[in-house]
Amino acid sequence: MRVPVSWLREWVDLPSGLELPAMLEHLHAALVKVGFEEEDIHVFDVTGPVVVGRVLEREPEPQSNGKTINWCRVDVGEAEPRGIVCGAHNFEAGDLVVVTLPGAVLPGGFAIAARKTYGHVSDGMIASARELGYGDEHDGILRLADLGIEAPVGADAIALLGLDDGAVDINVTPDRGYALSIRGLAREYGHSTGARFSDPAEAVTVEPSHGFDLSVVDDAPIRGNHGAPTGVFRVVRGIDGHRPTPPWMRARLLLAGIRSISLPVDVTNYVMLELGQPIHGYDLAKVRGGIAIRRARPGESIETLDGKRRELDVEDLVVCDDSGPIGLGAVMGGASTEMGADTVDVLVEAFHWDPISVSRSARRHKLFSEASKRFERGVDPAMPPIAAQRVVDLLVELAGGTADELGASFGAPPAPAAIALDVRRPEALIGVAYTDEEVVGTLELIGAEVARDGDALAVTPPSWRPDLVDDAGLVEEIARITGYDRVGSALPTAPPGRGLTPAQRLRRRVGEVLAAAGGTEVLSYPFQSEETVARFSPEGEAFHVANALDPREPYLRRSLLPGLAVAAQRNLSRGLTDLALFELGRVFGEGETAGWGTEELPPLGVTLPDATVAGLLASVPPQPWHVGALLLGDAVAAGPGRAAEPAGLADALDVVRQVALAAGVAVEVRAGSHPALHPGRTAEIVVRDASGAEHAVGVAGELMPALAEELDLPRVVAVAELDLDAVMGLAGGERVIRPIGALPAATQDLSLVVPAEVPAAEVLAAVVEGAGELLEHAALVDDYRGAGLPEGRKSLTFALRFRAEDRTLTAAEATEAKLAGAARAGERVGATIRE
Amino acid sequence: MSDAPRITESAVAEAVDAALAAVASAADSAALKAARSAHAGEASPLAQLNAAIRDLPGSEKAAAGKLVGQARARVAEAFTARQEQLAAEEEQARLAAEAVDVTAIAPRRRLGARHPLTMLMEEMADIFVGMGWEVGEGPEVDHEWFIFDALNTDPDHPARSEQDTLYLSPTQRHLALRSHTSTVQIRSLLSRPLPVYVVAPGKVFRRDELDATHTPVFHQIEGIAIDRGLTMAHLRGTLEHLARAMFGPEARIRLRPNFFPFTEPSAEMDVWHPTAKGGPRWIEWGGCGMVDPNVLRSAGVDPAEYQGFAFGMGIERTLQFRNGLSDMRDMVEGDVRFSQQFGMVV
Repeated sequence: MRVPVSWLREWVDLPSGLELPAMLEHLHAALVKVGFEEEDIHVFDVTGPVVVGRVLEREPEPQSNGKTINWCRVDVGEAEPRGIVCGAHNFEAGDLVVVTLPGAVLPGGFAIAARKTYGHVSDGMIASARELGYGDEHDGILRLADLGIEAPVGADAIALLGLDDGAVDINVTPDRGYALSIRGLAREYGHSTGARFSDPAEAVTVEPSHGFDLSVVDDAPIRGNHGAPTGVFRVVRGIDGHRPTPPWMRARLLLAGIRSISLPVDVTNYVMLELGQPIHGYDLAKVRGGIAIRRARPGESIETLDGKRRELDVEDLVVCDDSGPIGLGAVMGGASTEMGADTVDVLVEAFHWDPISVSRSARRHKLFSEASKRFERGVDPAMPPIAAQRVVDLLVELAGGTADELGASFGAPPAPAAIALDVRRPEALIGVAYTDEEVVGTLELIGAEVARDGDALAVTPPSWRPDLVDDAGLVEEIARITGYDRVGSALPTAPPGRGLTPAQRLRRRVGEVLAAAGGTEVLSYPFQSEETVARFSPEGEAFHVANALDPREPYLRRSLLPGLAVAAQRNLSRGLTDLALFELGRVFGEGETAGWGTEELPPLGVTLPDATVAGLLASVPPQPWHVGALLLGDAVAAGPGRAAEPAGLADALDVVRQVALAAGVAVEVRAGSHPALHPGRTAEIVVRDASGAEHAVGVAGELMPALAEELDLPRVVAVAELDLDAVMGLAGGERVIRPIGALPAATQDLSLVVPAEVPAAEVLAAVVEGAGELLEHAALVDDYRGAGLPEGRKSLTFALRFRAEDRTLTAAEATEAKLAGAARAGERVGATIRE
Repeated sequence: MSDAPRITESAVAEAVDAALAAVASAADSAALKAARSAHAGEASPLAQLNAAIRDLPGSEKAAAGKLVGQARARVAEAFTARQEQLAAEEEQARLAAEAVDVTAIAPRRRLGARHPLTMLMEEMADIFVGMGWEVGEGPEVDHEWFIFDALNTDPDHPARSEQDTLYLSPTQRHLALRSHTSTVQIRSLLSRPLPVYVVAPGKVFRRDELDATHTPVFHQIEGIAIDRGLTMAHLRGTLEHLARAMFGPEARIRLRPNFFPFTEPSAEMDVWHPTAKGGPRWIEWGGCGMVDPNVLRSAGVDPAEYQGFAFGMGIERTLQFRNGLSDMRDMVEGDVRFSQQFGMVV
């Protein structure tokens, strides 16, 4: 809301002697204290000599470029007239105009100087409205006659036009509709500073009117609220719509951010800004018969003032005459009855519209007008007759109209309900020892009526404060008006906490381990295309966002890998070719998406039955935490005397092992498959539960090369993804920690020849099982195929370390254990010892 | 035994002199080893002299034994000394040969980084854990009731419009991506015994296009404390503790009246940032207030008995003013250079 200083000053005492911009700073500071955040300032930005001039001579001079300029002699109140070149033609000798003299500076830093042009020295400039920042008009210069101004030549045009005024722009929170008015903000300025406020509504004397044919029927109230509970229509006859809007009104409207259109329209906007009550004026001559306010009927439409035809919804409130809808209630008027300069008789509508109804219509038609903005935030329901009268008065005064007795009124403003407030409650909630006088006095100051019975107060809020509905709201007013700076500072003592949960600690450890191992964490968006979901998460369904920001990516991720691929591609495009990325984040859903959520939406502000709450909690789909990693380029960079080592599946498996370390689980790797991964380079990651049952918790592998190419990634892209919640569920079982044997170890290698397709893990598992307890450690150190081996076979070499807890092993004992392991591998997978 | 050498002083001295000369001339460990074999080995003159002692008459044995023994000890000592000297020289040479340009060693492992937003959330959460608070969590897709109604947000409130909040299909099932972490307020109250002191960092979603100051996915940290007798002074005290822990002992909190559906009174909180880029100043940090009685009722808490405060601030915004960052896009694009500036420390 923009507040012109001169307008505010009309209704509340402002400090004298404060000029712009100090005054604007003062207003911002005063209003921010009571909760209106500063946004901006607005000034006309015109300085220097800008005066009224009379054109004495106007000599058209055709130019070689085809243009005609006017060489003018202009009396600006000096001994001699000035010579000024002017390109506009909408004036004659004798006209009063605005002359900016050398030394003046216009908006945008445009400095006026005497300059040579078209063979003359132009000693100033005759200004247009736009050049002065005084409107959009630029089809000619500003003629003071057009503004209805008679003034002596040489007079200061800045003051004459109101260009010396300025405005503060402040943010009004959505609960304080009353503050979207000069009336409301003058009052708030008074609260903040103690300055004397007089209510502009009280300056209006409402005259009776009657006899206009009005019917108001709401046969389908929204959420039980009548759509148009109260309001009035008034009639003013015989106005001269061609009269100019007076400069003070034009300047105030401009500063408030509203374009001057025509006097009758300007008057309705002016009253809306002053009193906060939106007004609509109809050209009475264009209205057929009486007025009916009702909900729209199926199939009805209206052409609104912006020239658009809008199909109406049965929830829309419409103002109708005999021809049908002529206005979309509180949102925008219709084109058919629009006021213009030729309007003679005006029908003034000032109605109170239901906020919810207005808000739905505004959103439905994407029409966020000054009127709808106010109704959504709460307008004083007592204002319609007063605001209508103010419009009538101004049209009579400024447009030469006559107030007609014809009019109609409907309903009456609701009487605000009294709120019970314990006089001690403000102290109990805010922690400030307010006196009873402060509590009662502050409530009275904001316009409430307070009845007291001991500590019990019955507080009736003023009509313009529909936001005050409970004692917390009243306490806020007391805290706000007396100042939040009085609120003290104390540290509450929480009961002893349990620290982070195991899952929270796990996620931190995983992040730290992966970063320490060289991974860089990214946080990607969860939105994915249908194609991406199909590729990476073909099992189960992905949740669909109804109003996705990017309609190409309406699905919620079920895998972190696509987001990592996007991040990788972005890094590659920026010349970063060796990447190890990881992400910890939630994925959405498991299995089907149908059936989650609930049809019903329980109400607010009440304690729900336990079963309802349990139902709501259970209706939210699972969203497990995953950890994903993507590696490409070199895992080890080339250096002096060292070749680069490219990243691959091994790095993806290392990620898995690092996560397993952080989680405290043992993982098993086995051949797996995944639609997005290389069929020969995909590992399924398995964790066993306490009973030995296996649970697949993720995958590691390399992207399908064709997919990598499509994603603009290199051929080899190693990835891993684990369901951290699943891993977490399998962690934390009882672990056996053994004493460490200090007796010497015996080490032996074992080479086994097996069919090439047998996974090494199976061979190893058989060796470990067969070798028994003496085997302390076993690792695959070589996989040989080729010369010396039969076709289709491979030789796997394991380094084995044996140790006994109670004696030094002999070589013979170690060999016996090794052979037992080899024998088990022979039974299990047909392994033979390679000689 | 007829060719056994005669044990004379001169024979012993000759053998010793020859041995010591060989020691002195041995240039490396291998030469010394060969000299040791020749002059102290089994076939060496001294060894032969030593062996001849056995054949001497008993009366001569002692004197000869002493003579040869001393000679052998002297030679052995010379070998040992020389051996040590050569070993030291050779180790020196080896060390010299192994020297490298330590400034030319390329890193073998790459260095990673955590995301500064993650670390900032952890840092803030830890400050509260230090006060006994617990870290609460909630799902990112939640039921609309938890996102809005339970937080006293009217069904027709503009924040609930499809312009602002991302809804899941079908919308009549009332699931949405949470637009604030305040959902955890209600979930914590429903799931924990009173009193409740919970802080909840996490991801939130709004229908904003990505630009320098907006991102559709961002992070907040929410706090709620519900107990007997909590006042707005406790709210300020808690926020001041947080501000000082994060921005130094001179940090302060300023509260300005504001509006949120789920708190009343509500306040905008500014933090006095004593080390801000460009000089100390007030910075808008977040929203807060006393929890609205309707929120307590929704959570099954009797507002006549319990009351408390809640607050929330943006993590991206906190990182922005804490580290003087202007463009939010750097935080979401996943360019590794951004996170790597932070490493493991935010």
